[in-house]
Amino acid sequence: MLHFELVTPEKLIRSEEVHMVVVPGTEGDFGVLEGHAPFMSTIRDGALSIYRSAGAQPEIVPIQGGFAEVNAKGLTVLAEHAG
Amino acid sequence: MASLKALKLRIGSVKSTQKITKAMKMVAAAKLRRAQEAAQNGRPYAERLEAVMASLASRVGGVGASPLLAGTGKDQVQLLVVATSERGLAGAFNSNIVRAARRKAEELIAQGKTVKFYLVGKKGRVLKRFYPNAILADQEMGHIKTVSFEDARVVADDLVARFTRGEFDVAHLFFSKFVSALVQEPTGRQLIPVPLATDRAPKSGADAVVEYEPSEEDILADLLPRNIAVQIFRALQENAASEQGSRMNAMDNATRNAGDMINRLSIQYNRTRQAAITTELVEIISGAEAL
Repeated sequence: MLHFELVTPEKLIRSEEVHMVVVPGTEGDFGVLEGHAPFMSTIRDGALSIYRSAGAQPEIVPIQGGFAEVNAKGLTVLAEHAG
Repeated sequence: MASLKALKLRIGSVKSTQKITKAMKMVAAAKLRRAQEAAQNGRPYAERLEAVMASLASRVGGVGASPLLAGTGKDQVQLLVVATSERGLAGAFNSNIVRAARRKAEELIAQGKTVKFYLVGKKGRVLKRFYPNAILADQEMGHIKTVSFEDARVVADDLVARFTRGEFDVAHLFFSKFVSALVQEPTGRQLIPVPLATDRAPKSGADAVVEYEPSEEDILADLLPRNIAVQIFRALQENAASEQGSRMNAMDNATRNAGDMINRLSIQYNRTRQAAITTELVEIISGAEAL
């Protein structure tokens, strides 16, 4: 499972284990699964799609401004606005 | 000696003052809890952002970096951003911040620098009295109940725009750091150019394989103004918590003082009353003996 965190300046919105997250990057959407290579990207205004398990319906969370970081611990999305 | 009636009125008025200060203290305590929580919730974001910025800045390096990071190459015009509260009756909260800012201003003026002020919050306006021509802007936050990130961003965007126009070279931010409900520390720190503890960043060898999209420089350029907004947001949150803590203390002291005063006045009232009774008795007895 992928450890996923969604943080805004106001609070930590999500911290959970998920299957996959699709992030709206500035240069195109990208999906992050467990074991993704270290990666960093700014994000454009759009929506995160959170897949709790393979093949499940994605949960959509709109986000605005910020960036995403993938490291050994998982995916962290820092957004100015979310939800 | 004050008359009985005057004393009674005085006690009544101190009692109602005490009621008010007590209520204010309780309100401050409730608000403090909320403000503290908000400040805590904002910590993860600020920590992450700082870590990322530090590691980016250490690999991008100084050459050709954004002026927000590298500075304008001058330090002649210094801007002091002073964040204060909107309301008084919070003990020495606002005056402590203003004093810290003034000390810095005097220091800079002594070095021959030009000092300008950017006021956030109504209570910083006392600075106008000391430096009438140095006030660059005066942001009122009165309409805001709890600071949101948007409010901080408005201030940050304005600051960055002014910086780009060359209105100042270096900016410092003054606010009150929340240490505990009893202790608030007036603090000043550099805001622009962004000071980065690059030595704290992880060694570049450890995460050299990280891919960046777009380039490192672009990400950094995007993050720098955001970092300023976050710094201001943090300062406003710390300020909000400190203000309530400080008010709670001030009102606690006021309530206790009012209590002491009521005790003293009651004693005085009782003594005066007893003296009046004694005088009356003496008059009656001596009148009866004369018969």
